[in-house]
Amino acid sequence: MSLWQFFSQNRAEVWQLTLEHLWMVGIAMAIAVIIGVPVGIWLTRRQVMEKPVLGIANVIQTIPSLALFGFLLPAPWIGARAERIAVLALVLYALLPVIRNTYVGIRGVDRAVVEAGRGMGMTGRQLLFQVELPLALSVIIAGVRVATVISVGLATIAAAIGAGGLGEFIFRGLAMVNNVVILAGAVPAAVLALLADFGLGLLEKRLRPA
Amino acid sequence: MAADTHPDVAVEFRNVSYRLDHGATLLHNLNLAVRRGERLVLLGRSGSGKTTTLKLVNRLLEPSSGQVLVEGRASTDWDPIQLRRRIGYAIQDVGLFPHFTVERNIGLVPALEGWPRQRIQDRARELLQLVGLEPHIASRHPRELSGGQRQRVGVARALAADPPILLMDEPFGALDALTRAELQREFLSLQQRLRKTTVFVTHDLREALLLGSRIALLEAGRLFATYTPEEFLRATEPLAAAYVSAFQTDKKPGGGS
Repeated sequence: MSLWQFFSQNRAEVWQLTLEHLWMVGIAMAIAVIIGVPVGIWLTRRQVMEKPVLGIANVIQTIPSLALFGFLLPAPWIGARAERIAVLALVLYALLPVIRNTYVGIRGVDRAVVEAGRGMGMTGRQLLFQVELPLALSVIIAGVRVATVISVGLATIAAAIGAGGLGEFIFRGLAMVNNVVILAGAVPAAVLALLADFGLGLLEKRLRPA
Repeated sequence: MAADTHPDVAVEFRNVSYRLDHGATLLHNLNLAVRRGERLVLLGRSGSGKTTTLKLVNRLLEPSSGQVLVEGRASTDWDPIQLRRRIGYAIQDVGLFPHFTVERNIGLVPALEGWPRQRIQDRARELLQLVGLEPHIASRHPRELSGGQRQRVGVARALAADPPILLMDEPFGALDALTRAELQREFLSLQQRLRKTTVFVTHDLREALLLGSRIALLEAGRLFATYTPEEFLRATEPLAAAYVSAFQTDKKPGGGS
């Protein structure tokens, strides 16, 4: 059976697992941005915290994903449902690129621009929302882009703990020793990653200040 | 709250010192009064404390000891935001907002002060004309302007809310010699019309003589002396004389660049 035949015969399931996959990644990215961007901004104001915070985020990155899914199983509330574990793990992996790029992006705004804004009587909030964030936005989006691409790949492993998504096909194919079934999970996951990369890349380019 | 300053004094430094957190003293016991409507030039080499002195006026820095009185009130008693919006500020790197149009850059302080849109627009056009720019560049972004145009926009932005005091930190320093001379002349005639109290930082004696009604010479964080431009040229103190002789060597043909 070819991959194409598999898709046409299992159209409903392919769609369902793709949507589950997108849902996990989407929720995780939203949470990572809601947490990571403010933390990155906070680090630019409390620079002594840069090393410890980015250090912790870095250490999280080094935990093998399968192990992290396993560690979270006994966690209260989170561990009760596999999708919650999956989303939390994806958030943890996404935090580093989001925090780091927010921090680097704001630090990279031209000193003279910030100084002029302050000297003309902008409040800290006005400076942040009218100057620093708009000028750092493309760098922040670049971090979200990296995080999203990583998450699309990592989310396939979430099927190992029963969280669903395109990893279902991959693990099923492995168990059945059937390459077509493996590809039925791997190919759509790769397409999702490429689309996310392309779309966020366009956004990044559009928002880049000249 | 020392209200005993002379009403003609716009800015006064009283025994002002500024030290960094870890020791180094950038400014030693400065006493200096800037009179209303005068163009005071702070002249000195790099590291002499000119920029530090300037930033103490709009409270980008606060004195470690002593007081800076702005319109009779200590800078630390002012709300820093209110204080800065009453003081125009132009710097060498200009610091135009790259994501704002020329018009929004110029209208920044008026917008922060909540002026109606139409009034901000009119004011921006008026200022473009005042600094010798065509009104049609209002919709451009800073990257589409030449260095000289950017500096002009920077000056227009500093003037936008009609502040009584102007602080200018080598605003023409990064320009080529011809453009610089052009902007200096225009700025002088603009100043003679507007009569704003101006504190102008430069390391260039030529610029100081041209633009200043009074020159304060700083060296290693101390005020050496103040002079009128005529007095400066006749000064016999070795430091002032050294500036004058360097200035005159520059003018000799074949005397280097």
